[in-house]
Amino acid sequence: MLMIECPHCGVRPEGEFTYGGQAHVPYPEDPQALTDEEWAQYLFYRDNPKGTFRERWVHSAGCRKWFNAIRDTRTYDITSTYLGAAPAEANSTQGAQ
Amino acid sequence: MTTAQGSGQRALPPHPSFLWRNPDPRNSYDVVIVGGGGHGLATAYYLAKVHGITNVAVLERGWLAGGNMARNTTIIRSNYLWDESAAIYEKSLKLWEGLEDELGYDIFFSQRGVLNLAHTLQDQRDSVRRVEANRLNGVDAEYISPEQVKEVCPIINISQDIRYPVMGATYQPRAGIAKHDWVAWGYARRASELGVDLIQNCEVTGFDMDGDRVVGVRTTRGNIKAGRVALAAAGHTSTLTELAGFRVPIQSHPLQALVSELHEMIHPTVVMSNHVHVYVSQAHKGELVMGAGVDSYNGYGQRGSFHVIEHQMSAAVELFPAFSRAHLLRTWGGIVDVTLDASPIMGLTPVDGMYVDCGWGTGGFKAVPGAGFAFAHTIANNEPHELNRPYSLERFVTGELIDEHGAAAVAH
Ligand SMILES: Cc1cc2nc3c(=O)[nH]c(=O)nc-3n(C[C@H](O)[C@H](O)[C@H](O)COP(=O)(O)OP(=O)(O)OC[C@H]3O[C@@H](n4cnc5c(N)ncnc54)[C@H](O)[C@@H]3O)c2cc1C
Ligand SMILES: [Zn+2]
Repeated sequence: MLMIECPHCGVRPEGEFTYGGQAHVPYPEDPQALTDEEWAQYLFYRDNPKGTFRERWVHSAGCRKWFNAIRDTRTYDITSTYLGAAPAEANSTQGAQ
Repeated sequence: MTTAQGSGQRALPPHPSFLWRNPDPRNSYDVVIVGGGGHGLATAYYLAKVHGITNVAVLERGWLAGGNMARNTTIIRSNYLWDESAAIYEKSLKLWEGLEDELGYDIFFSQRGVLNLAHTLQDQRDSVRRVEANRLNGVDAEYISPEQVKEVCPIINISQDIRYPVMGATYQPRAGIAKHDWVAWGYARRASELGVDLIQNCEVTGFDMDGDRVVGVRTTRGNIKAGRVALAAAGHTSTLTELAGFRVPIQSHPLQALVSELHEMIHPTVVMSNHVHVYVSQAHKGELVMGAGVDSYNGYGQRGSFHVIEHQMSAAVELFPAFSRAHLLRTWGGIVDVTLDASPIMGLTPVDGMYVDCGWGTGGFKAVPGAGFAFAHTIANNEPHELNRPYSLERFVTGELIDEHGAAAVAH
């Protein structure tokens, strides 16, 4: 079981959380303008790196708030959790393949 | 230990020393298959056997069939909902029915049937619908009552005073299990005999391109020229397609399973429950084999979280009170490649000469013969077989999804 630090409640066991997949996937700015290919990318395609991954979790059995985490998908180690935009140091890490 | 036929306990034959050649890679092949799991090996076999293409290498970064092929719970069935699924899974099941003869190798294929339990009114309705769809597609299926469930599987608890009582089940008598390692070895042996080079400890780390066309692979054992490249790398597929410059809509998740110590044969069939998240069969040697759902997060670690196992065990003990005294012997995990419609991706790619077979997620063992057969056709003809045409990457753009969550969600 992962131990996850909710930015609001502190470190809690994984069973209290629900996973939300890749973080920072914005809703299209002008949905009407999207091609079918672009819609497919938005709806069905997500990064799947073997390495560092920025992802969403919700503390469903706690404060029920969403937040983001940076986790290594090889070791499952969570290096940080945060609210809002990605911290600067995470911007360049898009998963060692 | 008693030795019997069918679902009875069986002794394993002696372990053979060499079933295939272990060559060094040559510098060029007509077809390079990346991934030596069940799908890669079956594809190589059918390329050689059906299409006469034998200048083929299967490159495996670890040992042969040491990925999901070594880790799955071996459930074989074809009772999926949609026509496209019934077609490919039923083709696969028919191939399973002749596979011991085809490969000349014992794979302990045992058609002991599968029960998919219903625990809610919605489950019941979905199950009846799926049974009717199965019948229209020529897949053997019936919807049975709790009492009939008990007849098929006497150790199951059908009392009304459990959290999710058994309200009925779908039953596919031709479903069953097989010995996964031997399936891989059977295909490997035959493929090797037909001239296919099986190359282990050989990781593909990049691709050589000529414009839009792939012309070779880079590996930890040197560069190899390739006329065509076929990806059969399951949970690692997206790491490879990124190297080739395109994406596939899969997410890799840990999926765990476990076994008990050996017991007398007490469980004559396969029982699966999507609702309480457990499925159980008893392997030929006597261990109870159990699995559950995927861990929710993306992961390449070949291990998952313990609470998933705990959840699965509590469901198993409620359905099978006799299991409460059993001891857990081993747990392990694989990396499964999950798509959003719970159906595979099989076909051509944006790169000329490159083909992909992935997205089988939690349920691609049963598909090994059928997928290998269709994928070989796709590679040989540079065009999908009718069986895998609906499973193209384009379906995510056209919206023609094949939603098998009902038949495939937890179920394998
Ligand atoms: C716990 C568990 C239970 C399951 N239960 C069932 C079940 O009951 N019924 C069912 O039908 N299915 C089941 N499955 C799913 C099934 O195992 C998979 O869908 C199927 O095995 C995938 O195809 P494969 O055998 O080719 O994959 P794998 O055996 O994973 O083969 C892929 C191979 O590619 C290799 N590879 C990856 N990257 C590279 C690279 N860069 N270079 C070279 N080689 C590479 C890997 O090492 C691996 O050996 C289960 C899976 C798991 C994990
Ligand atoms: Zn919280």
